[in-house]
Amino acid sequence: MATTLFSKVWDDHVVEERPDGSVLLYIDRHLVHDATSPQAFSALRAEGRRARHPAASLAVADHLVPTDGRAAAPRLAVQIAALEANAREFGIPVLPLGSPTQGIVHVVGPEQGFVLPGLTVVCGDSHTSTHGAFGALAFGIGTSEVEHVIATQTLVQTRPREMRITIAGRPGPGVAAKDVALAVIASIGAAGGAGHAIEYAGPTVAAMAMEERMTLCNMTIEAGARTGMIAPDATTLDWLEGRPMAPSGADWQAATGHWRTLASDPGARFDREVAVDVSGLEPQVTWGINPAQTVAVTGRVPDPEAIADAGLRQAARRALAYMDLAPGTAMTAIRPSRVFIGSCTNARLSDLRAAAAVARGRRVADGVIAQVVPGSGLVRRAAEAEGLDRIFIEAGFQWHEPGCSMCVAINGDRVPAGERCASTSNRNFEGRQGPGARTHLVSPAMAAAAAIAGRFVDVREMI
Amino acid sequence: MEPFVRVASVAAPLPIDNVDTDVIIPAEFGVTMERGGLGPHAFNGLRRFPDGSERPDFVLNREPWRHAKILVAGANFGCGSSREHAPWALRDFGFRAIVAPSFADIFYGNCFRNGILPVRLPAAVVTDLMEQAGQGANAVFTIDLESQALVAPDGTRHDFAVDPWRRRCLLEGLDEIGATLAGAAAIERFEAGYARRRPWAARAG
Ligand code: SF4
Repeated sequence: MATTLFSKVWDDHVVEERPDGSVLLYIDRHLVHDATSPQAFSALRAEGRRARHPAASLAVADHLVPTDGRAAAPRLAVQIAALEANAREFGIPVLPLGSPTQGIVHVVGPEQGFVLPGLTVVCGDSHTSTHGAFGALAFGIGTSEVEHVIATQTLVQTRPREMRITIAGRPGPGVAAKDVALAVIASIGAAGGAGHAIEYAGPTVAAMAMEERMTLCNMTIEAGARTGMIAPDATTLDWLEGRPMAPSGADWQAATGHWRTLASDPGARFDREVAVDVSGLEPQVTWGINPAQTVAVTGRVPDPEAIADAGLRQAARRALAYMDLAPGTAMTAIRPSRVFIGSCTNARLSDLRAAAAVARGRRVADGVIAQVVPGSGLVRRAAEAEGLDRIFIEAGFQWHEPGCSMCVAINGDRVPAGERCASTSNRNFEGRQGPGARTHLVSPAMAAAAAIAGRFVDVREMI
Repeated sequence: MEPFVRVASVAAPLPIDNVDTDVIIPAEFGVTMERGGLGPHAFNGLRRFPDGSERPDFVLNREPWRHAKILVAGANFGCGSSREHAPWALRDFGFRAIVAPSFADIFYGNCFRNGILPVRLPAAVVTDLMEQAGQGANAVFTIDLESQALVAPDGTRHDFAVDPWRRRCLLEGLDEIGATLAGAAAIERFEAGYARRRPWAARAG
């Protein structure tokens, strides 16, 4: 029978089908971070439970770590130290703060080869969907499930519906995977993927580099879907080969043999099929408070009263009030005072290169504070080896240590109330970058361009 | 986990779609090693002015909804971050059930594990319930998990669906991990086969 990528991975991990329709699913890899794990470890300790397979988890602090070289505030330091102490107590490998490999979980996992095609991967963070870029079945979980995975190496799950999004068309230079992701979310809506596992397919996806695929899968959760996946191919294998925790030798041969069978079979059926054409797509800037509220940089802030759907109209009114934007404003007239280039969406080497290409030889506009926060220690060092740090610093950007930073604003980095930020992160929710902060999501090149111009500009004019 | 069988209460109407977990509990309050104590910060941005004083017009700052055990909300409730702090905060505030046309997946599952019953009903029904909820102290809703029914103040009964495993966990206050561990033999059998089938996967590193 013709089978989908999702089904192949799911079926390979079913421990037990239960009479009530739920499934006990085996979990291969578990990423643990500082923000959502302490309560799980305390509960395990209280119940006298141990880690079933400690080496199947990998712990790294990212959400709470300071990125400006200063010491963490005491209450953050306590929680970061607790992660490392908990991991050691339960025998879980940890990449400690200050080690060269520390960074954002979703950057570090693939980088280390911890995450592989065909595996089930979970983490107490919704952007775990990032790892679907490798053809893994990867999804975010709550703290109680973190506890369940550590103790049992399984989760009780119900099978999601399946959706395939086929993306065609070649966006021009200056248009990034982030723009494609925003366009996809806009086309299906902020809850358009609810209850579904999404597979991304089509020529545009096939042509994407590994890091672009991660950006696309990362944003899947912003469409409400449980996970996003891409079938592994030569691009995937090239990227993984030789990673520290990836299989090698005979294991590599056996693994790649299996990975080559994972693609959805011709004729496989999906509950829903969506086609998106991105030829002619323009760089995007969000104007609202959910990622579906996006428009081309050449466009204008929409007029809520012109929106036919009552729910969307209401949401747009709320968004414009929070964002302090008037309908009809040209996107290029909006002036961010902060620029954040970072997060698990867009802080890998290729993202920093794209931003640096725009920043090179230019200056950050007066009144704009711009910072670049690499996704991991390895990304940071690779960028420094190419001189990207010099380009940024000479242009007036701040060059930070790795961490989640201003994506989540609980680590000391935040956007002050009422200020506007051009951000390469994934969420423009109210207060996400700090109480009262106003977030506009963009690609790394667009963020750099906004920093230079002091307003949003079409980066295609600058490359 | 905390069991849930039945709740009777006024219901607080929150007619906003896409209420995300950053709104339910802003991340800054989520820096904590405990599960408890988050209730005072639930919906902080909606409930309080920047100086910390209450916004008098917000529904949860008004009688009788200050004491509501039921929340009636818009579509895609609980989207965004996976933080379980969201249901912890709602439970600590006093909520036992949330009624909405749809919920975000991770949040939906997190509710059950924290003694909160999320009830999905059609959008038109929720709109009607929202109106009734707005009527105040006499508008008492009853939600019964055993019979999977919500009875509105006007007496209308709305049946809702819940998957059987989650229903059982909540009704019995089951320890899900304990239950899984009780079936550990199945996990061992799976692992033995899996190690033969995918030896490279079973070895991290
Ligand atoms: S960068 Fe942002 S989205 Fe990514 S893991 Fe950190 S907090 Fe979550």
